[in-house]
Amino acid sequence: MSGKMSGKMSGNMNASAGSMGGNNRIFVIGCVGVLLAAIALMAGVKIDYVFNASFVVLQFVVLASAWNILGGYAGYVNFGTSAFFAMGGYSALFMIKAFNAPLLVQILVAACVAGLLGLGVGLISLRLRGIFFSIATVAVAIILETVILNTEYFGGAKGLQMMRPEPMAPFESYDKMLFFVMILMAITAVAISRYIERSWIGRGLRAIKDNEEAAECVGVPTLKLKLIATVVSGALMGAAGAPLVMYMRFIEPVSAFSLNYSVSALAMPIIGGTSSWIGPVIGALLLGSVQQIVTVTISSELNVLIVGVLLVFFVVVAPDGILGLVRKLRAKGGTSGAAGSAKGGAK
Amino acid sequence: MSALLSIASVSKHFGGFTALSNVSLEVAQGERLGLIGPNGSGKTTLINCVSGALKNDAGTITFKNENLNGLAPHQRTRRGIARSFQIPRPFHSMTPVENLAVPLEYVTYRGVAHKHDIKGEAEAILQDMGLGDKMHASCAGLSQVELRKLELARAMAARPALLISDEAMAGLSHGEVDEVLAILFKLSGTGITIIMIEHIMHAIMRFSERVVCLDAGQLIAEGVPTEIVKNPEVQRAYLGA
Repeated sequence: MSGKMSGKMSGNMNASAGSMGGNNRIFVIGCVGVLLAAIALMAGVKIDYVFNASFVVLQFVVLASAWNILGGYAGYVNFGTSAFFAMGGYSALFMIKAFNAPLLVQILVAACVAGLLGLGVGLISLRLRGIFFSIATVAVAIILETVILNTEYFGGAKGLQMMRPEPMAPFESYDKMLFFVMILMAITAVAISRYIERSWIGRGLRAIKDNEEAAECVGVPTLKLKLIATVVSGALMGAAGAPLVMYMRFIEPVSAFSLNYSVSALAMPIIGGTSSWIGPVIGALLLGSVQQIVTVTISSELNVLIVGVLLVFFVVVAPDGILGLVRKLRAKGGTSGAAGSAKGGAK
Repeated sequence: MSALLSIASVSKHFGGFTALSNVSLEVAQGERLGLIGPNGSGKTTLINCVSGALKNDAGTITFKNENLNGLAPHQRTRRGIARSFQIPRPFHSMTPVENLAVPLEYVTYRGVAHKHDIKGEAEAILQDMGLGDKMHASCAGLSQVELRKLELARAMAARPALLISDEAMAGLSHGEVDEVLAILFKLSGTGITIIMIEHIMHAIMRFSERVVCLDAGQLIAEGVPTEIVKNPEVQRAYLGA
């Protein structure tokens, strides 16, 4: 898969140094806008379901952006997102059980544990590339799930139930608090993913994706860059998994290590477009919302099918995702180009 | 000890197969060295040992009086060894300018705080290599000779002291061979040491100041081009006489 994806990647020149200052300002304004909108939503809406559902969508924004750092930029397809996610959740559980730690500490510890796991997976990339690397990441997930399943401290197969503490001061409900925490994490993840894409790291990762030997021979420290990518990607996935315990009030291995997380984290960037930070965001918002709507209106089983069908559709029809489609429309120029940019802007 | 690159008793085995056996070679600063030998004689293996893509099993490789053993390829590139690949390996999702920006960012201007005009410099190098009109095009649209030039341009962007050109002319037409040769001569004129691996004999004869011949992993002959072609060992192994 990685080979095919890298082959189809379209190569747009990164924003040149001159225009980057302006773009950064727009990005920051956008982030502040999103944050203000979230605060307004929390003040105005009383129904907790809205925040419950948004929490899941935002969680996928983090997972998809994190996946894309390794899978999209460097071309190393990680099928083990669920391992990082669940390790984040179980790290949080450990911090709650052992130290009764607050949410922020849970998230930080989860990020560190999953980052270390990322380091280990990065070392796998020394020997395994392409599909073999992907299979190894699946193996990592299975091994860790088995370990957790057999650890009595974490509740084993039957899982553990946890009581939510009182929400902190400005928040009137715990759901709103979790929503706010997740929106902060989503903004952080997107900002990191965007920074990596545009910095020297991003250019090096692209070189690795195109041809690792050639990259090494023109001075790119490939191992170091791959380790940066796996650690950052893993840490973000772990952080996204940390609030899981408090969100569900319950944690058990089969749902925490669910393949659904791995598949969605991979499908969303591919559907949105892997070449840029905005791709995973578009994919996660689109697919995540559709999943939530379908879960409520039709059935919770069907949403898995929808991910599958959309993934196949995009791989066949638009291998560069929505971003690629927009670019193609723009490249046609004239009126269709304007339509394409309008569509891109609306997203 | 004025040698820029010194290869001393280097051996390399792949399982039971001996790819290089006790090869010793010195390359002087500014020299134009031709490396010839039949297919499978170990030319590319030797180059891979020098560039760091392979680890030599025995012997030492010294560059600018520094032992290279144990250094990763990117560290060797930063010390001044650049290579082109036999089969071009462009970064195909990037334009030629972006291809060159990678070594410019990672080698030439590594750790330099203030912004250099990397794009401008990449354009200048490509212009110099005769790729001026394709600088911002997609790599997918480049012809074979243009890809070879891009390989050389990308290697040069790292500002090497030693350039290893691995069959940069194989499969090119007569006129195209001359084009690439002209580029290599121009680079040599700027003081860069060049090792040229090539099967095209007229190119080797014109370009090299000295030629070495490998056969079955061993160095069998060394001398000026006119001597080498008369050497019976070389004729037997390589020229098929």
